[in-house]
Amino acid sequence: MLGKTAGGLLWMFRYLERSENIARLVETGQRIALTRPDRAENEWLSVLETAGARQGFEAEHDEVSAEAVTDWLLRAEGNSSSVMNCIEMARMNARMVRTALTREVWEAVNECWMTLRDELARKVTTKRLPHVLGVVRQRSAFVRGTLHGTMLRNEIYDFARLGTFLERADATARLLDVKYYVLLPTSAGIGSRLDNAQWETILRSVSAEGAFRMVHGRTRGPGDIARFLILDGRMPRSLAFCYNKIGGNLEYLQRDHGVRMPCHDLSDDICRKLERATIESIFEEGLHEFLQDFLTLNSGLAAQIERDYRFVE
Amino acid sequence: MSDATNFDEMRFPDGRVREAYEAFERWFSAESAGDLRAKAREAEAVFRLTGITFNVYGDAEAGERLIPFDIVPRIIAAREWKRLSKGIEQRVRALNAFLHDIHHRQEIIRAGRLPYEMLARNDAYLPQMIGVEPPGGVYTHIVGIDLVRTGPDQFYVLEDNARTPSGVSYMLENRETMLNMFPELFQQNRVQRVSQYPQRLHSSLAACAPPACSGEPTVAVLTPGIHNSAYYEHSFLADEMGVELVEGHDLRVVDGRVAMRTTRGYQPIDVLYRRVDDDFLDPLNFNPDSMLGVPGIFDVYRAGGITIANAPGTGVADDKAIYSYMPEIVEFYTGEKPMLENVPTWRCSDPDSLGHVLDNLEELVVKEVHGSGGYGMLIGPTASKKDIREFRKKLEARPGNYIAQPTLALSTVPIFVKNGLAPRHVDLRPFVLVSPDGVEITPGGLTRVALKKGSLVVNSSQGGGTKDTWVLEDE
Repeated sequence: MLGKTAGGLLWMFRYLERSENIARLVETGQRIALTRPDRAENEWLSVLETAGARQGFEAEHDEVSAEAVTDWLLRAEGNSSSVMNCIEMARMNARMVRTALTREVWEAVNECWMTLRDELARKVTTKRLPHVLGVVRQRSAFVRGTLHGTMLRNEIYDFARLGTFLERADATARLLDVKYYVLLPTSAGIGSRLDNAQWETILRSVSAEGAFRMVHGRTRGPGDIARFLILDGRMPRSLAFCYNKIGGNLEYLQRDHGVRMPCHDLSDDICRKLERATIESIFEEGLHEFLQDFLTLNSGLAAQIERDYRFVE
Repeated sequence: MSDATNFDEMRFPDGRVREAYEAFERWFSAESAGDLRAKAREAEAVFRLTGITFNVYGDAEAGERLIPFDIVPRIIAAREWKRLSKGIEQRVRALNAFLHDIHHRQEIIRAGRLPYEMLARNDAYLPQMIGVEPPGGVYTHIVGIDLVRTGPDQFYVLEDNARTPSGVSYMLENRETMLNMFPELFQQNRVQRVSQYPQRLHSSLAACAPPACSGEPTVAVLTPGIHNSAYYEHSFLADEMGVELVEGHDLRVVDGRVAMRTTRGYQPIDVLYRRVDDDFLDPLNFNPDSMLGVPGIFDVYRAGGITIANAPGTGVADDKAIYSYMPEIVEFYTGEKPMLENVPTWRCSDPDSLGHVLDNLEELVVKEVHGSGGYGMLIGPTASKKDIREFRKKLEARPGNYIAQPTLALSTVPIFVKNGLAPRHVDLRPFVLVSPDGVEITPGGLTRVALKKGSLVVNSSQGGGTKDTWVLEDE
């Protein structure tokens, strides 16, 4: 397979994953805005921060409002990570790697783009927001589903999956980092200001409230949430889960190509680090420091994969 | 010009249906217009979803456009097709012989049958190709011959597309769509298959592997990229052949071979089906500003390290001035009378012809020698006085740049309109594959249809549409 194609596949799925994560964030922001109007502005700022879109937003807007933020995150041309821009990029990459995709995967992406282009052609009103966010999630799940159901398990599949999990790990880590002060153990003294709405935000952003309840019941401590989203290998948006998958797909590539690359060592290091970590050791190191370190390693791995498999020259 | 005098491919002048259309007619008259309208909408949705679109340059608003698809097939009887394909084969053999000759001994010029200026003044003529022996001796591997019909047995060649004919993906997708929407029609009509084209293209290209190839030839398609108007077709063909779709920046010359950058390192390519113009193929040998090509690919080509299909320089034969010599060219190389006729053509470079053209502008079609896509042409009978005045100036300024042809009474095939059928003008582009093993013509082709009543313009860039083209089996 062409190096360019591998890159196109990885980025296609990164962008799809990103669009879905942004939609989840908007959903969370909206939920808080509706239930706790007094905290809404802070919450929207943290949503922008998590999406990595705060700077761009503030350069163009003086005021933080639900309307302005959702518009920025969903459809602003000036925001390279807006849902619409992500979908455009995903489709453009899909067109580039069309020969590597089954017809069903291609059509799912194309239909995703056509549908969202229509849905996002005009401002999304509060009334329409739940519907539109649902469409974003469904469409991206639909593409993933066609990938699972129709694609050969070869390197094409591996690069697609790597894109999904590198992006997802990045999103979860950033979400936790933005909320890190919320998650600091109470002994650090800041935790006293916490309330249930904040916990909810975090879990809601990764659609994990139900899953969390299943594992931890109704008690929500910072340690439990952090452990759940960092270390619980059963939770599909946790760092451990993502790295389990990344490690697996890289291993397939290694076997398939018969060559071990520097990215394999990097990924093994990260996997080991996550395996060895306990939530206590993470809090001891400092959650923020841990997450920052993780984000650097994660993007370093992405860059190494790009070099090892010759995405560009 | 008037529709009454044009050949109607479906019906005799007295209204009876011609044999090839009988089964279709029976089916059509039993269908309800409402159902057919729904099917037509469904077809459009399918095309949109599959992404069978073309990009329009400089038209950001439209971006990717659909070529309108008409559900009424154009039906060609087996006997008609046989005759046509013989003529096409003759013409394509002559084209390849001509391309060989003008890059070698230039016998046709020595014999005084073609003026030397025709080459010297031809931008597509590449002196770099002189003396080069393309692998398998083939210059134009993939050819599209544009034909129009004026009578029961009267076909004219409008244009030879010898460099990079496009539209084959529409031929294939139109058929797929028809098979999906109207399966019963294919039970009632024995239609020759077109779906084998990609495999044939692959084996035809592989049969032209270069001397440096060892083992199974590696074929790839070279595209200018995602923004090219025919990108869909490029990816479609690569996909259907099961080969890589590459861009210039995926390739480089490694150890005297052209190799593609894969996830496992550089792998040599044997045959490159390029959809990039000569000029952009190799910045070292041609246009130095090009970012689309591969530096040094032409040197590898000359050394027998890669096959480029179609060969560089084949565009010479596309040229509309050369076109006017095609009857001579066919006769010179085959020793036979051409079976397919040229449209009578005045070369405006010739002062007598120019005089005639200037006197009769309102009756003629004037075309730019190097133009394509229906741009830069004048259709006298439908042009305004002002258009004609303006065109006259251009023509007088650079007569050598133009040829002129009479407007032919193009045949019509019905299209599906609101409440039934209405005749519209069509042309036909059959697709031809050439390899050392022979010439293969896919039974069918791309039928382009003018959607506006009375219009002769079938180009997709000018609002034309397409329809499925059926060649029936022998009874």
